[in-house]
Amino acid sequence: MTITKNYDAIIIGAGHNGLTNAAFLAKAGLDVLVLEKNAHIGGATVSRELYDGWKYSNCSYVCSLFRPEIYQALDLGRHGLEVVPLQGGVTFKQNGDYFGSYHHHDIQRREIARHSQRDADAVVRFNADLMKWCRLIRGFLLRTPPDPGTFRPRDAMEFAYLLKKFYELSESQLYEFIRFFTMSIAEYLEEYFESDVILAHYSGGSIIGTGLGVYSPGTAYVLLHHAMGDVDGSIGSWGFARGGMGSVSKALASAFCAHGGSIRTDAEVTNINVSNQRATGVTLKNGETLRAKIVVSNLDAKRTFLNVMHSEDLPGDVVKRAKNFKIRGSSGKLNIALDAMPEFPALPPGSPLTLGHLHFSDTLERLERAYDDWKEDRWSSDPYTDTVIPTQFDPTMAPPGKHMMSVFVQYCPVEPEGGWTDAKRDAFGKTVLDQLAEYSPNFYDVLLHAEIRTPRELEAEVGLTEGNIFQGELTLDQLLFNRPFPGYAQYRGPVKNMYMCSSSTHPGGGVMGAPGANAAREILRDLNKSDTTPEDFGDD
Amino acid sequence: MSDHNYLSTHEPSPFDSGIRAQSQTENWTGWNGYLSPRIADTLASEYFAIRSSCSVMDLTPMEKYRITGPDATAFLNRLVTRDLTKLRVGRVAYVVWCNDEGKVIDDGTVFHLAENDYRLCAQHHQLDWLLLSSIGFDVSIQKETHDIAALSVQGPTSFSALSAAGIKGLETLKPFGILNTNVNGFELTVSRTGFTGDLGYELWAERARADDLWNTLFTLKDTGLFDIRLIGLDALEMVRIEAGFIMPGWDFNTAESTIRADHDRSPFELGLDWIVNFDKPYFTGKSALLAEKARPATRRLLKLTLEGNKPPVGSFIFHGKKGKQTGAVMAQTWSPILKRCLALADVDFIDGHPPNDLWAEIYYQKELKWHVKWARCEIVEGQFWSHPRRRATPPMPF
Ligand SMILES: Cc1cc2nc3c(=O)[nH]c(=O)nc-3n(C[C@H](O)[C@H](O)[C@H](O)COP(=O)(O)OP(=O)(O)OC[C@H]3O[C@@H](n4cnc5c(N)ncnc54)[C@H](O)[C@@H]3O)c2cc1C
Repeated sequence: MTITKNYDAIIIGAGHNGLTNAAFLAKAGLDVLVLEKNAHIGGATVSRELYDGWKYSNCSYVCSLFRPEIYQALDLGRHGLEVVPLQGGVTFKQNGDYFGSYHHHDIQRREIARHSQRDADAVVRFNADLMKWCRLIRGFLLRTPPDPGTFRPRDAMEFAYLLKKFYELSESQLYEFIRFFTMSIAEYLEEYFESDVILAHYSGGSIIGTGLGVYSPGTAYVLLHHAMGDVDGSIGSWGFARGGMGSVSKALASAFCAHGGSIRTDAEVTNINVSNQRATGVTLKNGETLRAKIVVSNLDAKRTFLNVMHSEDLPGDVVKRAKNFKIRGSSGKLNIALDAMPEFPALPPGSPLTLGHLHFSDTLERLERAYDDWKEDRWSSDPYTDTVIPTQFDPTMAPPGKHMMSVFVQYCPVEPEGGWTDAKRDAFGKTVLDQLAEYSPNFYDVLLHAEIRTPRELEAEVGLTEGNIFQGELTLDQLLFNRPFPGYAQYRGPVKNMYMCSSSTHPGGGVMGAPGANAAREILRDLNKSDTTPEDFGDD
Repeated sequence: MSDHNYLSTHEPSPFDSGIRAQSQTENWTGWNGYLSPRIADTLASEYFAIRSSCSVMDLTPMEKYRITGPDATAFLNRLVTRDLTKLRVGRVAYVVWCNDEGKVIDDGTVFHLAENDYRLCAQHHQLDWLLLSSIGFDVSIQKETHDIAALSVQGPTSFSALSAAGIKGLETLKPFGILNTNVNGFELTVSRTGFTGDLGYELWAERARADDLWNTLFTLKDTGLFDIRLIGLDALEMVRIEAGFIMPGWDFNTAESTIRADHDRSPFELGLDWIVNFDKPYFTGKSALLAEKARPATRRLLKLTLEGNKPPVGSFIFHGKKGKQTGAVMAQTWSPILKRCLALADVDFIDGHPPNDLWAEIYYQKELKWHVKWARCEIVEGQFWSHPRRRATPPMPF
């Protein structure tokens, strides 16, 4: 007779949320094992060397949402993490001009005024309004959402907190907030700005990762999802993790292991074993069975309930909701090795603007057309792209003098007519490269290698269903106490001893760590263990 | 394609070369996108130039808007809390404007230049708010901040100095009056206005005439008369507190930029009751202000004098010595002319009245060692300091 080990907890998936969750459980003294299907850890928070001498941030590429409370609580600075704030940013115009983002307040004001004097003034009102909503939403990131359907004292308390937060808003602000949640980004911005390029510049963040266009209701909120993060207290700023986004996962894994945890790669889970409505462990692809007192899934809600769990183990409601969970993929990604810095002649020599995000969509109209293509299951012929070149100040990602470029592409269909082929994938990539070359004449000369990723590749590698980057869309019906499903927003699964810690749970996608930490808090509460997860720093 | 020089942080003032030549300290600060001296030479000499002789300050960074058209008066009257139908051509009025919640967006001065032709000067950028407010009015609103060369000339010898510079007609120019004149061959507008609470003028010319305007004053300085002196913002801060003038964005948070509920302020809360006129037709914020007026006051920006000689930098205000915290100092200075510490403090009221025993807890350093001291505060109504020369027409020669 062999006695199989019974782990305190098994986490399925070494994504950054799985690792965060695991680290807090291990810190509380639990015996924790993380199982990862790939040979590498990190999921969509990863750096890989696919071209000799170059490190790519293959999926996520910029960092702002990651909770500083988690960073501090797990001492990630000592585990090698360093997040350097970005500067610059530019939207190129088709007429050869551009709109730049500068960090200095006065320089930025003058740049806005160059396009519209009025917009330069309106930006004060815009920023104040956006900060109101950011401030509100940031208070919820490291909290378990209340369940409005129950009357347990804790939920009542949490709901009271939520209401109080709301009522700190004046009556008119409350109305505005509700409008904000339901408006399209285009209509929202048009209440502030008049310049085409400024409208386009500010709206880009609102369509990233969504199956929505700039004129679709609900996109205004997505702007918030990109603005609510911070780098060292500067809200809305983005940063580069030195060494690429894989450094986040590496630091988390290092903290986890320092607390005694272990990680197994090449260990795909095919089933969460359930008996008597209790999770008992998992079965691996190689047939091996592992036992654990609790099982935590870092996979998206669809994959969790439709792939690694059996319908007969689950309430019918959950299966139905998992089937209906909105998780349309809409993004692609190019990771590019460059022999030298590409030139952007529209910019004055020495301009700092290339240090940040580069964009090539200068009107709302072009953005909406890009969306039209996706609705017809085509990749955008004139896509919205978010491009960064971190090697301008990160020496670790390419040989000296060479560069790494990351190009996030909106939109790319889950499946073009007739399905994906490698040839179609390359044609998609060519569309994106051609757009870059329009603004950078030496681009093809310096291009060495490009990794082209459509939703097909994202799903195959990371396991993101349909390649959806947020593990489920960020629309009101799938946020807060509705994420992933009503009644299941508190990280507990439908069977006992089973939990969810992925981006499919509150507060959603992005390299944030909050779902992992929030889930750990609930697990430790159920186990009567002292809480190792951090409290929100608070804004005031 | 682009005319934006990203290497220059600030817009050059038309008086740039003159100001640089006279700024000994390289002590600059940003003001609405321009670089202004905080102190040009020494704080004491600049303060006393304002109070004892003649000070000069560049007004380029102050926001200026030209408002013209058939509805100009109606538009402005709806915008501000004061009744502007009474403002005659050739006169200036101090105004504030609010949002619909009756919270102050900014303050400034309205110049009635000609029939249906106004200039509005403001502390902060207002184009967005003015354009939003102008919907439905037949007006044109032009930002002219960059297009005007303006200097403020303040102090007891300012009348004599400007007269000696060749400006005629000042002897009959009353406070808040406007004079259009011609000096050394260029057109100049003079208003008897300022932010010092003293005798003083503001001079307005076309931008192209900036050098002429500058030279008109500073060739006079070269004669050694009237002690004309360039001043920086630090001296201005001292005298504006003495005069009891408020600074939106420093003494209180302006409504448009306020994020947290209840962090903005109404005119009543700022002690500006005297420019809220409920007898005029509707103006933005009127209903909210009427409702506020009917309730007991919950707080005020109070003018306080403090015992002792330690300015209450960043101090909390308490009800009773070591009592309950009840407010905070928003602006403070040591007043050389009064030999007293002055403060503007945001203070919570009790049943519509200020607490009767106010104290400030003051931290200060001596040779890097921190000390704490309690100072009793006295509430002052009206200006801390004023002088009859401010109102005398004709003005006294010094
Ligand atoms: C192209 C792209 C760009 C993005 N850009 C940004 C960005 O710039 N900034 C930002 O903040 N966010 C960005 N995001 C979103 C962000 O990366 C994700 O929301 C986040 O990384 C998800 O983390 P997670 O831990 O919740 O899940 P995942 O990273 O999806 O982790 C799930 C893990 O589970 C593993 N797994 C799957 N199935 C199994 C199985 N059966 N058995 C064992 N293991 C399994 C996967 O391999 C993976 O490691 C981007 C995402 C993508 C795809």
